[in-house]
Parts: sequence; structure tokens; C-alpha cells
Amino acid sequence: MPGHGHINGMKLYLRYVSISIRSQLQHRASFVMMLLGSLLTTGIEFAGIAALFARFGTLRGWSLPEVGVFYGVINIAFALSEGFARGFDTFPAMVKSGDFDRLLLRPRSLCLQVAAGEVQLMRSGRLLQGGVVLWWSLSNLHLVLTRLGSALLAVAVVTAAVVFTALFIAQAALAFWTVESLEIMNTVTYGGTETAQYPLTIYRPWFRRFFTFVIPIAFANYLPINLLLHHSAPLSAFAVLCAAPIAAALFASAAMIAWSAGVRHYHSTGS
Amino acid sequence: MAHIEVENLRRTFQIAVRNPGLSGAIRGVFRRQSEEKVALDCISFQVEKGELCGFIGPNGAGKSTTIKILSGILVPTSGRCEVAGLTPWKHRIKHVQHIGAVFGQRTQLWWDLPVTDSFDLLRDIYSVPQEVYKQRRDNLIDILDLTSFLATPVRQLSLGQRMRCDIAAALLHGPSLLFLDEPTIGLDAVSKLAVRSFVRQINQDLGVTVILTTHDMDDIEALCRRILVVSDGRILVDGSFEDLRRRASAGRRLTIDMVKAATLDLNGLPGVQITTTNAGRCVLSFDPIVITPAELIREVTARVEVADLFVENAPIEEIIANLYAGGSQ
Repeated sequence: MPGHGHINGMKLYLRYVSISIRSQLQHRASFVMMLLGSLLTTGIEFAGIAALFARFGTLRGWSLPEVGVFYGVINIAFALSEGFARGFDTFPAMVKSGDFDRLLLRPRSLCLQVAAGEVQLMRSGRLLQGGVVLWWSLSNLHLVLTRLGSALLAVAVVTAAVVFTALFIAQAALAFWTVESLEIMNTVTYGGTETAQYPLTIYRPWFRRFFTFVIPIAFANYLPINLLLHHSAPLSAFAVLCAAPIAAALFASAAMIAWSAGVRHYHSTGS
Repeated sequence: MAHIEVENLRRTFQIAVRNPGLSGAIRGVFRRQSEEKVALDCISFQVEKGELCGFIGPNGAGKSTTIKILSGILVPTSGRCEVAGLTPWKHRIKHVQHIGAVFGQRTQLWWDLPVTDSFDLLRDIYSVPQEVYKQRRDNLIDILDLTSFLATPVRQLSLGQRMRCDIAAALLHGPSLLFLDEPTIGLDAVSKLAVRSFVRQINQDLGVTVILTTHDMDDIEALCRRILVVSDGRILVDGSFEDLRRRASAGRRLTIDMVKAATLDLNGLPGVQITTTNAGRCVLSFDPIVITPAELIREVTARVEVADLFVENAPIEEIIANLYAGGSQ
């Protein structure tokens, strides 16, 4: 119904977010507790990594601040996609309870409705922690961010956020067929995050290939950040800047195809 | 053209068959067996603009499947279905702008949000212009008497309050067709009456076409000029309430509370049977065409000392059961 009074998808999403935040702020105490808890758990995680480096020095030639850049970028991206697409994470429950029918009755994109269904402010703990680790690492490396460096960093964050969001969508799409076997997908989403917090070069070749060509996390992790840390030639930096968005877009398209197939399957089974 | 046109609509489901026992479960992992269940067996009907139609039938008869197909949630196996010229599952976004739906068992509102916030969000979802929205909303709040709990989160509402809010929410975008799936289920008497009178009002005043499913015969009697009885995926009766009674001829019940427990002698009363007796209470079933209620009451009060009595219609399940037994012959 374009024309007078029409509200576009982005604006509608923001309305959902603002309402959701307002209702979460009503329970102020629980909000603060959750935020602190989220900060503490992610904080302890990095403290653990730092302790290991204090004992062993380097990890296959990577120093702690260098690994910290990987860790910071991936955690910022994961927090963003978790905040943006958290609804997909809890989507299987929605299919199981039949609440998905309600979304089908509304004249809006299903993806938008699912994504906006649950926006969690508490997740900003991870965002904050990722930012702090990234800032600490960059200043320890005495790395001055050039324009090219900032671009590489931004592309790394955005690419990772898109890949994680696509993973959430693919996982949700699977729920149209089966509600039980989602643990397997969790190993890819949460396992993928764990993996990508470190430079991919520390892993075995088949594992690296999987996270380059199947799940293109290398475009958000090793390729841009390695260039950033080692001041490689601008030409290869330019190549990565072009390739990363393409890889992310391809992966996201595959997830959307799976999602549409899932919706069609739901239409034809009704369960 | 009719508002709703349904022609030879058929819907089957594959139901997984599980063999009993451990060996059966293991076999099921490797070779899935399934059998076909027919939910809708080639039904056809038309609904004109402004009609108020009631669907009744036992659980699993196909009422929900019909509503799900009409509202675009489910795709039929075969057959044709058009609502206002649109095929629901092919033109989902365009179609759902013109329909509203209320499910008695499940709210359409946001659980944690105050009612007003839910309404505002629906305004944005359906892109209702502010002027139109404000007028419509205030009107609904007024008629459904929602003022006192507009700021309450939905989870804290009573069932009756929630249902009224749900109905208002389904009408904010001014749909021309409203689906009500068991709208009075679990409601107290006052809320039931309020819901009924409101449904009648929007049908008559706004000309909204209403499709209602219910198990409550009183809903049907109070609201629907036209009734469709569905059973085993087929339409058994499509007609008025009187048509249904005539087709069913299920008879009525006379409940008598006797002053002193006694055995009632039914000699000379044609077609009258004792359904249950419990202490001083005795329930008789009879056919009002064979013996009028007045005549029966006269006879009964002459034979035993009666403290109280009342006549009622046979329960819906019994009418449906009778209909179905007749339909399969």
C-alpha cells in the first residue's frame, strides 16, 4: 500500500526496536544485571586468552595484541548480528508454538518480522567488550589507522556481521523441517565465532578451506586483518576490499534461498 | 463476484506412522512410513459481501484448515480459492491487508507491550494514515470499552479483556473480511455477550464479512444467518439455523427436578426416552415434532411432583453426530 502513510521496512524495524527497548528498560534491575553478566562473561573469556599468552608467549607467531584485533572484530560483529537477528535464534520455538502463523497474517516481509521480533539490549555487553579489546590491541601494536586500514577494519566487521546473520537465518530456515536437530547448527554459529576469534592460519588446511569457501569467514578474519597488521601492498588490500562484500553477499543469498524454501515448505505442510 | 469463492478445495496431509516398540522406532529412522490423511475433501462454497457465516463441526473436521487456506497461511493440495479476486497464498502481502483474524486460543498482540503500543505498532505495520487510525482506534476503544486497561501489558489482561483488545487489533486497518476462530472460548457470560454484540455491530454497521468458527451453539444462534457444518473434510449442511435443526431433527431435552425421587412412567408418551437419572433429577429426550414441549410438560407434571424443569436443545456434538451418521448413509 504505497503512498500516504506508508512506512518502509527500515523505519518499521526501528519502531520495533524502540518499543522493545522501552519494554526492556521497564525492568531496570534485571536489565542492569544482564548487562553486567554479559560484560563479565566476555571479559573473563579474554582474560583467559591473555593468561595463556602470558604462559606461552605467542600463538604460531601471533602476539596477544594481534590476536586481540581478530578477537575484537569478531566479537563486535557477532554482537551486532546477534542484536539485529536474535529473533532468528529463537525462531524454532516460534514455529513449534504456531506463532509463525501470526507473522504470515501481516503484510510485511517475514524476515523483517522475525528479525525485529526480539531485540536484546543486554547483548550490548559483548559489543562493549569487543570494542575495548580492539582499542587496547591497536594501541598496543602502535598501529596508526590509515584510511586503507580503517576501510579494512570496517569491511572485516561488516562482512563478519553479514556472515553471522546469514548463519542465523540458515539455522532458522532449518527449523521449518526439523526442530530437533538444531544442535548441529549451533556448532557452526557459535563454533564459527569461537573459531574466527583467532587467525585462521593456526588451523589445519581443510578447516581453513571450510571457513573460506563454505562459510566465508576468512574474508572477515584472516584476509583483511592480516593485511592491516602487516601493511601489505595496497593492491592486495584493494582486492580484499572488493572480494569480501561479494563473498558475504553470495553467502547471504544462499541463506535467503534456504529461508524462502523453508517458508514454501511451511505453506505446504502447515506445521 | 462473491467475496469468497471456493471450488473443489482439497487438502491432504502426510502423517508419519510410528511403529510401536523399540524395533519399530529404529525401523522408523531408516524407513519413514507415512499415510495420507484427508483434511478437506473437495469442498465448494461462496460467501457474499457482508455475510456472517458460522462454521461448526467437531475437532479435526477441517474448520481450521479452511480458515488457514482462506487467510493464506496454508496452500491447498488442489482446487481454487479466491478472496476478493485474490488467491490468498499467491498474493500474501496484498491479501492480508484486507483481512483481519482473531484466534481465541492465541493472541495477536505483543505479550510484554501495553495495549496502546501494540495498536501503534499495528498502525505502522499496516501503514494506516494517522487521521484514519486515530478515528478508528478511538471508536473501537469506545465500543469495546477498553479505556481502563489500555496501559496494561497484554500478559496481565484477563481473558475477556484480552479478547476485546484482540478484536480491536484485528480491525485497526479496516479489513473487509474478518476471521474469528473460536472467539468466545473460555470467556465468562458477560464477555461472551459483549463479544457477540460487537461482532453483530461491525457486521451490520461496517458491512464487514465475518467468518466464525465455534463450538458454542449459542454463538451460532445469536449471530449467524448462515451455517456451514463441516465434518471429515466435507460440508454436510450449508443453510440457516432452522435448516440445520430440521436436517438434524436431533430433538430436545427436558430436565426435571422432582420433589421426591420417583420412577417416571413414560407410558403413552411417543418417542420420549430417559437419557439420565440422578437422585431427583431426570433428563428426558424427545422430538418436538412428535410431541410438543407443552404437551410433554403437562403430562410429566401430572405424573410426578415437579420442583423445577427446563427445556433445552440437544448439544451441538449430538446434532453433528446425528448429521454425520445421516450423511454417510
